[in-house]
Amino acid sequence: MTDSIASPPISARNLVKRFGDLVAVDGIDFEVAAGEAFGFLGPNGAGKTSTMRMIACVSPVTSGRLTVFGKDPEVYGAEIRGRLGVVPQADNLDLELTVRENLIMYARYFDLAWSEGRKRADELLEFVQLDERAKDKVDDLSGGMKRRLTIARALINQPDLLLLDEPTTGLDPQARHLVWERLYRLKQRGVTLALTTHYMDEAEQLCDRLVVMDKAKIAAEGTPRELIAKYSTKEVLELRFPADEQPAIDGRLDGLADRVELLPDRVLLYTSDGEEAAAAVHRRGLRPESSLVRRGTLEDVFLRLTGRSLID
Amino acid sequence: MSVRTLRIPTRSVRMIERNAMAFRHNWMVIFSGFVEPVLYLLGIGFGIGSLVRTIPIGDGHTVSYAVFVAPALMASSAMNGAIYESTFNLFYKLRYARTFEAVISTPVGVEDATLGEVMWAIGRGSLYSVGFVIVMLALGLVASPWAILAVPASILVGFAFAALGAALTTFVRQWQDLDIIQLALQPMFLFSATFFPVTVYPPALRLLVEWTPLYRGIDLVRGLTTGGVGPGLLGDVAYLAVMGLIGVTIAALRLRSRLLK
Ligand SMILES: Nc1ncnc2c1ncn2[C@@H]1O[C@H](COP(=O)(O)OP(=O)(O)OP(=O)(O)O)[C@@H](O)[C@H]1O
Ligand SMILES: [Mg+2]
Repeated sequence: MTDSIASPPISARNLVKRFGDLVAVDGIDFEVAAGEAFGFLGPNGAGKTSTMRMIACVSPVTSGRLTVFGKDPEVYGAEIRGRLGVVPQADNLDLELTVRENLIMYARYFDLAWSEGRKRADELLEFVQLDERAKDKVDDLSGGMKRRLTIARALINQPDLLLLDEPTTGLDPQARHLVWERLYRLKQRGVTLALTTHYMDEAEQLCDRLVVMDKAKIAAEGTPRELIAKYSTKEVLELRFPADEQPAIDGRLDGLADRVELLPDRVLLYTSDGEEAAAAVHRRGLRPESSLVRRGTLEDVFLRLTGRSLID
Repeated sequence: MSVRTLRIPTRSVRMIERNAMAFRHNWMVIFSGFVEPVLYLLGIGFGIGSLVRTIPIGDGHTVSYAVFVAPALMASSAMNGAIYESTFNLFYKLRYARTFEAVISTPVGVEDATLGEVMWAIGRGSLYSVGFVIVMLALGLVASPWAILAVPASILVGFAFAALGAALTTFVRQWQDLDIIQLALQPMFLFSATFFPVTVYPPALRLLVEWTPLYRGIDLVRGLTTGGVGPGLLGDVAYLAVMGLIGVTIAALRLRSRLLK
């Protein structure tokens, strides 16, 4: 594994993916360092899955340069895949096999001995708390259990790089925390993680560094902290108004904050002092149904970079 | 798509392992495909055979009708087993079970998966032919020591049809399309010199029949079990081998562009 020191697990330069006329990934650059947890955020259709699939060596690069463990997926696909663990966005478990067989067979795809496959399968079933369902058919599992099995399957070859495309979508809160904890442990062991997610709390919890993708391009890159500092404010005032009132549109919130974001269900005021902004709203005679002051989060970064804000 | 390095699909055996594992849950289905040609043998081979008695097989030889029909059914059983796996089962795995999507995320590549599927389909066809040849032996329908080669010959027939089936399946969009494949196989089964010699056809029609793959398979297996061995059989071998190779190549290329999007 000399290359893991010499070259980063993933490196992309001007990476492009096209499907016919549609440009799914439009010349992105990024690099993921060994042992890092790297996130891809972005709205639906931003190009996250397309990027992940190219890294997974199951989708040919249209143009640009991509290396995984310093190698070209085009040439060394099988070798690279041997060191990857992949959790695809849509589960593709083997429906004709049982839960345990899914893991054992997957071990065989990585050329592991049957006995080793059985051993790892049992360990991993425990790891994702599915040991009691070992003999069930996959189709009988709940959606969240299937997801956990897919995650277990991705670990069967003890990968150096784990690609997780929305790993916790469909999981209940306990299961999500379980997965986060497991991923954190893997990271401690030096496994590199690349993940996409629509959960900003997940990104903040797990990612050392992330990119926000929008319309096939990278809109911003940095640590969660850096991004929040750069694209949000220290505090955010969240206001909820009765459905028929649209105060921001008639300009009654102008000047109360650095920036105002109008969402379908609420209005966000970006400011360094939320309490002060709330008082100012009150002074203008506005009576929101509810008002809440909170810290700026990645969600605000996301909205700022990928949504349309009124005052910028 | 740009050029990829060619790789020998050494991991195709993983696909066979996978199918064997899945098969353990559903092994009863194997009998359905085996019973059919045996029933034809008993019903037509012996039933009609009691009326027809003997039938000429070229160069002046005649054989009993059952001896004439049996090798044709042996070749057909290899075809049936191979085709069933490479059409219905392969389509299910491709279209509904997404089996291959998961497989190709591992070191097992598309070429491995394709070849593995074809080998598995050959295996099912071969199982039927071996079972069938045992029935033939038991019923005294083997007329030549050359028959020892009928099993490898049936495996070749299985290869040709497994590859053809896999290639066709990559074009299939819905279950109904598979019925069309079945519909095309039915007349081929009935008219490829299975139940009567091609000499009954007018010349043009005969030429057409002689170019169908099942005819080639039947001609080959029949030549071996009845002892009518001649250089023509090498032509059959070449025909089937080329058809198999073309089929596998088309299937692999099509699956690659379909799965590696
Ligand atoms: N196989 C394909 N054929 C054609 N277009 C595709 C294909 N896969 C993705 N696309 C298109 O590429 C664009 C990016 O899709 P992608 O799946 O990468 O988005 P994403 O960021 O993962 O979105 P989501 O959050 O919804 O999963 C979309 O416009 C999508 O329709
Ligand atoms: Mg996606």
